[in-house]
Amino acid sequence: MRVKAVEYPHEWYVLLKLTDEEPLPECVPGQFVEVKVEGSPRTFLRRPISINYVDREKNELWLLIKKVGEGTHKLAELKVGETLNLVFPLGNGFSLVQKQGERVLLVGGGVGVAPLLDYGKYLKEKGAEPVFLLGARSKNDLLEQELFKEIAPVYVTTEDGSEGEKGFVTQHTILSREKFDRISVCGPKPMMVSVARYAKATNTPCEVSLENMMACGLGACLCCVEKTVKGNVCVCKEGPVFDINELTWDV
Amino acid sequence: MKNPVMTASGTFGYGVEFSDFVDLEEIGGIIVKGTTLHPREGNDYPRMVETASGMLNCVGLQNKGVDYFCEHIYPEIKDIRTNMIVNVSGSSPEDYAECAAKVNELEGIPAIELNISCPNVKQGGMAFGVTTEGAAMVVKSVRKVYDKTLIVKLSPNVTSIADIALAVQDAGADAVSLINTLMGMVIDIEKRKPVLSIATGGMSGPAVKPVAVRCVWQVAKAVNIPIVGLGGIMNAHDAIEFFLAGASAIEIGTANFIDPTVTVKVAKGINEWLDAHGCHSVNEIVGQLNA
Repeated sequence: MRVKAVEYPHEWYVLLKLTDEEPLPECVPGQFVEVKVEGSPRTFLRRPISINYVDREKNELWLLIKKVGEGTHKLAELKVGETLNLVFPLGNGFSLVQKQGERVLLVGGGVGVAPLLDYGKYLKEKGAEPVFLLGARSKNDLLEQELFKEIAPVYVTTEDGSEGEKGFVTQHTILSREKFDRISVCGPKPMMVSVARYAKATNTPCEVSLENMMACGLGACLCCVEKTVKGNVCVCKEGPVFDINELTWDV
Repeated sequence: MKNPVMTASGTFGYGVEFSDFVDLEEIGGIIVKGTTLHPREGNDYPRMVETASGMLNCVGLQNKGVDYFCEHIYPEIKDIRTNMIVNVSGSSPEDYAECAAKVNELEGIPAIELNISCPNVKQGGMAFGVTTEGAAMVVKSVRKVYDKTLIVKLSPNVTSIADIALAVQDAGADAVSLINTLMGMVIDIEKRKPVLSIATGGMSGPAVKPVAVRCVWQVAKAVNIPIVGLGGIMNAHDAIEFFLAGASAIEIGTANFIDPTVTVKVAKGINEWLDAHGCHSVNEIVGQLNA
């Protein structure tokens, strides 16, 4: 695909807006792409990146990428007009709308907010009521806030209290004030575990999006496995989204 | 065979995982995921770590066992019109034989690849493949119950791979494939711990290719059964090196993760190279190194 725009919303992040002559394939929110990183000899494998947003009208696919290692730093150097080799859409995304008007809490932390933008838009379009709860270290680390706000109410926690409520997402007062039909979470594992605990305690259905280290992305190499009640399964193929009841987490 | 390009076990699932990307019938052979007599959960996560020009894995032969394979997977793949080959592993000569005997009954599976070289399981696996006696013992016990083509996959983690190949040939193997992965290790220096759950893993990818080519060359001088070469093949150029070293077919493994269509590209590239060099078939270049 061709790079149509490159934005730098934060010193650690890059947002790539990609397009193609061909119409984009159907993508379910929560699915991911495997990106080939060119010009970085030590980046041998593709990098799995969640789909941040799909703009059908503009035929755009957005990838919000955190610069973690050599490969993602290289991706951040891409220029408008350059091309990127992607394999997508991969994996199983978040749950589809189950009933009109259902209230779905979308909890994200760090770069884990990325797939929630696309999912929130989808839920709203299909007649559900998404609510975002987003956590970050500090005000400046919150990503795509304006875009989230265009879709649905946004509640925020920051660890230093510089925006929203101070603390972690599971400490936000919205959780004791309001009830939700179900919860979807994407973020650091400790955050997902504590949200899963809250969900269990309140008997709320909950799904989480995992990011185990992957090689093939197609369910062939069996490297990215997660322990589940059905044994070891591939996060890339059976996930990345799992119902917390399928996992063997201590919640 | 339609062409000399096959897929390496454990890198291509059962083939069907790649059917959205490539016409499976354009591949010379598909060697499916390692199958054992009993189901195996494999090792704990993390099972994979990337290295310069390659990766390590310690999957540990996760599979649902040969009975599940015969009942549920075989019906899905038996009509794919190419050489569907089952990779068989075990923890004792009896296990290997029992598993092979079950696969022997399956119509349309012309061969097995006997894995005596997996570095990621505690019992069996590579333990058999690192001594001439162990290798011969497993091959003999399987040969008694298996009457189709028997390919034996060899480990590079030995002093003399040619000696092992000879022992396997004498025990009744129809062909050898080499190399399986090289045992390696990566350490997380902040945690001062190995990255992989069982500390070590099998290294694959372009970084191991020169080792693999050397092994094929040494084995080719020692045996007179066909050799299937593998180890880090990413393109047709790499494949030609293996043919010249003495392999008459090749397997592509880790490269499938980078490009799910690489097999057909390599098959096409081999033909182009042969055409450009006035050759009609791969056989004309097998082992044809200039002295």
